[in-house]
Amino acid sequence: MSMVDEPLYPIAVLIDELKNDDIQLRLNSIRRLNTIARALGEERTRKELIPFLSENNDDDDEVLLAMAEELGVFIPYVGGVEYASVLLPPLETLCTVEETCVRDKAVESLCRIGSQMRENDLVDWFIPLVKRLAAGEWFTARVSACGLFHIAYPSASEMLKTELRSIYSQLCQDDMPMVRRAAATNLGKFAATVEPPNLKADIMSMFEDLTQDDQDSVRLLAVEGCAALGKLLESQDCVAHILPVIVNFSQDKSWRVRYMVANQLYELCEAVGPEPTRTDLVPAYVRLLRDNEAEVRIAAAGKVTKFCRILNPELAIQHILPCVKELSSDSSQHVRSALASVIMGMAPVLGKDATIEQLLPIFLSLLKDEFPDVRLNIISKLDQVNQVIGIDLLSQSLLPAIVELAEDRHWRVRLAIIEYIPLLASQLGVGFFDDKLGALCMQWLQDKVYSIRDAAANNLKRLAEEFGPEWAMQHIIPQVLDMTNNPHYLYRMTILRAISLLAPVMGSEITCSKLLPVVVTASKDRVPNIKFNVAKVLQSLIHIVDQSVVEKTIRPCLVELAEDPDVDVRYYANQALQSIDSVMMSS
Amino acid sequence: MNGGDGGEVTAAPPAGPPPPLEWKFSQVFGERTAGEEVQEVDIISAIEFDKTGDHLATGDRGGRVVLFERTDMKEHGGSRRDLERMDYPASRHPEFRYKTEFQSHEPEFDYLKSLEIEEKINKIRWCQTANGALFLLSTNDKTIKFWKVQEKKVKKISEMNIDPSKVVGNGSASSSTVSSSPKPCLANGAYPDRSYSCLNNDMTFPPGGIPSLRLPVTSTETSLVARCRRVYAHAHDYHINSISNNSDGETFISADDLRINLWNLEISNQSFNIVDVKPANMEDLTEVITSAEFHPTHCNMLAYSSSKGSIRLIDLRQSALCDSHSKLFEEQEAPGSRSFFTEIIASISDIKFAKDGRYILSRDYMTLKLWDINMDSGPVATFQVHEYLRPKLCDLYENDSIFDKFECCLSGDGLRVATGSYSNLFRVFGCATGSTEAATLEASKNPMRRQVQTPSRPSRSLSSSITRVVRRGAESPGVDANGNSFDFTTKLLHLAWHPVENSVACAAANSLYMYYA
Repeated sequence: MSMVDEPLYPIAVLIDELKNDDIQLRLNSIRRLNTIARALGEERTRKELIPFLSENNDDDDEVLLAMAEELGVFIPYVGGVEYASVLLPPLETLCTVEETCVRDKAVESLCRIGSQMRENDLVDWFIPLVKRLAAGEWFTARVSACGLFHIAYPSASEMLKTELRSIYSQLCQDDMPMVRRAAATNLGKFAATVEPPNLKADIMSMFEDLTQDDQDSVRLLAVEGCAALGKLLESQDCVAHILPVIVNFSQDKSWRVRYMVANQLYELCEAVGPEPTRTDLVPAYVRLLRDNEAEVRIAAAGKVTKFCRILNPELAIQHILPCVKELSSDSSQHVRSALASVIMGMAPVLGKDATIEQLLPIFLSLLKDEFPDVRLNIISKLDQVNQVIGIDLLSQSLLPAIVELAEDRHWRVRLAIIEYIPLLASQLGVGFFDDKLGALCMQWLQDKVYSIRDAAANNLKRLAEEFGPEWAMQHIIPQVLDMTNNPHYLYRMTILRAISLLAPVMGSEITCSKLLPVVVTASKDRVPNIKFNVAKVLQSLIHIVDQSVVEKTIRPCLVELAEDPDVDVRYYANQALQSIDSVMMSS
Repeated sequence: MNGGDGGEVTAAPPAGPPPPLEWKFSQVFGERTAGEEVQEVDIISAIEFDKTGDHLATGDRGGRVVLFERTDMKEHGGSRRDLERMDYPASRHPEFRYKTEFQSHEPEFDYLKSLEIEEKINKIRWCQTANGALFLLSTNDKTIKFWKVQEKKVKKISEMNIDPSKVVGNGSASSSTVSSSPKPCLANGAYPDRSYSCLNNDMTFPPGGIPSLRLPVTSTETSLVARCRRVYAHAHDYHINSISNNSDGETFISADDLRINLWNLEISNQSFNIVDVKPANMEDLTEVITSAEFHPTHCNMLAYSSSKGSIRLIDLRQSALCDSHSKLFEEQEAPGSRSFFTEIIASISDIKFAKDGRYILSRDYMTLKLWDINMDSGPVATFQVHEYLRPKLCDLYENDSIFDKFECCLSGDGLRVATGSYSNLFRVFGCATGSTEAATLEASKNPMRRQVQTPSRPSRSLSSSITRVVRRGAESPGVDANGNSFDFTTKLLHLAWHPVENSVACAAANSLYMYYA
């Protein structure tokens, strides 16, 4: 056993910890692999560290995942691009492990390295690696292989290219559904590197195989390929080969396949051009909007804006809008909720007249929906309507909806609406806000649920930022300070929290004159929890107020708290005093 | 019979039923010596062969999973197996040896509901093997776990940079280089960057690196390690009775009394409810789910059984929530035969798909039924398991035995079915057309000791079936009914048929018996 020179000691520890029993330490070492590599030098990294890592494939997944990631950026440490191929063996092993996220990361790193490698190195090292993986005994290797073809293919010779295409086609027909799924997922990427003639011949036949797979899970990944392939093909080929497939898929027996179509359909519109869109895709989409299965309608409803953006307004008004009307009273709340989250985006597409005439009634009915998520989704996108029709038309219906949500019995709903209050405030303007919503914001400070009180305090800060300190001085501070004598200590604590958040926004002067006295008074509270929170607040105020105020007011108060019988109060008071001292030192 | 020479038969179906099997004892694990008390925790509660039949897993009430591996073949290649079968017919039978065991579940307490959660393993299912590691799912009443069992290198570090004897603990190692605070690490055991803070990128290294640094040298001893990879918890309000893998290799289902959930093997924090039979008002509850299984090849189909004796086949393609079945299999009860026990004994305790996916085997209290999924008018065959108990249903009800949940299994070739009974007996029936095979075996070293010839299967009265009564040691069923009183405490609930050979593993209390034919 050797001892190492003092300056190298930390690195020595780091290296030894590559094999430590504690996973945290191993992880740490792997994360610092570049440090180790630089300490060893390029040559020893190639000859010792990399082979060492290649054998180290037995570790916990977290460590393997970290290793897969680090190796992806390791080219500089092995001596640059000409030595990049030495990184392939450890990543190849990682491509075969059972844990999907490790494999995915290893594939990602291999792609990153492969895209930097020199062409002849790719032929000598990378392509054989892809072939080995594709012929792997276990499905894990074959799954990984599918993600590497698009890197290997472009630099291959004509003969090799033919071989690679035939290997990929075998992967598309593998016994294991996992491999076929991986082949389906990566088909688009691979296809993008294949020359047009082969694309039409080989890739399309693979695609057809996948679209007819027994396993739903494979077919629905093939749907994703439709959009990718559609973009690669010439418009007329796309109409000839992809369109029938997607129209078929949109009527597949499996709702999961239709669900995928509903999600992807809009991407295909551009690839096929306007005429087939009108004749085939719009009817298919309308069918999906009226599907029996709620999940499919949810997916379709969620894409309604994106789809309409591609269509011309007449088509949208004529075909899509009637469906949207139906969906707004769909029996599934989740469908309505999905619709509510995107429908605001339709306003700019349809223009002002159609929006007021057709969309506004839908907005209003969704705003009155019995399901809170639906209302929330409408409110969250309010800015988009504001741009088209102005808030006035909506505000009458808006207010009751907001008030109702603000008092909803589920605290998560209340929390959600609080988070939208600053957005609403900015859209509605000061006047409207003062009249209607100001009281609500104060009410939340006394909510039964901590998260709501906390969010309410935060909300006040954001409002103060939105409308400025002067407005806050009139509309927030007095009301907040009124509550400092609440009999319940939890509510007093909320006020302290609000003060600590408001102070930075309000600035030094108001803090000293209005807020600080309240905090100092609170330091005499009978509840220790209040007192140590006072200490914490005072600590946060140090940076806001003047040095003299710190010395004159804050320090004496903290000194007093530091003598408190309660241990926690003393602890936080001392913490605050320490940070006063360190501020003093630095200034 | 023309079973032996099928040379000139041109029709597709086999010329006749296969000859009845001659069952022989193969092995026993955990055999009890006379008078030995059975520990409750040792009682086996689940048995499952993997897809190849090279491994067998058992679970017990103590939450342990024990794995066995096949020893009679050196290589695990399929071609090799075929060769062996050709060369030495019947001379080989599966032999297993103990491989490893691990504690899968521990007893828990649900504080919200003030409920104890037993550690008992309810079901085990094997998953796809990868890289030589074995994967399986095990479940107790509430929590499903995904296990990986693998040869692991045992770490033995033989050469290090720093003499371990001089460095005790990591805290001191760091404090010797950095003048850190006396508290080595703060709460939660996190090591905030520690000594590496001085290893910032500005540290310079000589171009050739530092020669005195060495990588740790490790030796490569291996041992079997089971690691829990994922825990699928908090998705079931009621007790989980089944788990089943999908043929797509990425999903599985778990069923409790009222719901069936669909999981992705890689995602443990969410599942989808696909069947929910919970009525709005629990007082309206008349039927619970007793068992559920995926179709062996069609990823979209699954079957579940109910306490009312029906089997429902559902198609996952139709909708996300499969409240409506695509096919319902139930047998109309014969008019006039109704009694107090009719509903109780109709409850199906287990269902299994045959390997080809065409047939479903179900077990209710008194019978085994074989269903063709293309025929929902009634079962294609019914086998009486222990008809002599029918007069005793009242006693069985009083001691709660009538609620025992017997499992059932099919042979890999689909020609035979098996299920357990009381007194550690199990029964094997031939279900090929024309077969009248019906054997009773005892889970002991001498399985044929208690063999009885009971007139079985009144329902399948094919014209050609001249009963083959030639059986060794035939006893009249009456002897058991009158003489030896049946022992309701020794029940054989769990058994499994080897996927490719005629070999059965069954559990008698804490012992695992294996038979072959």
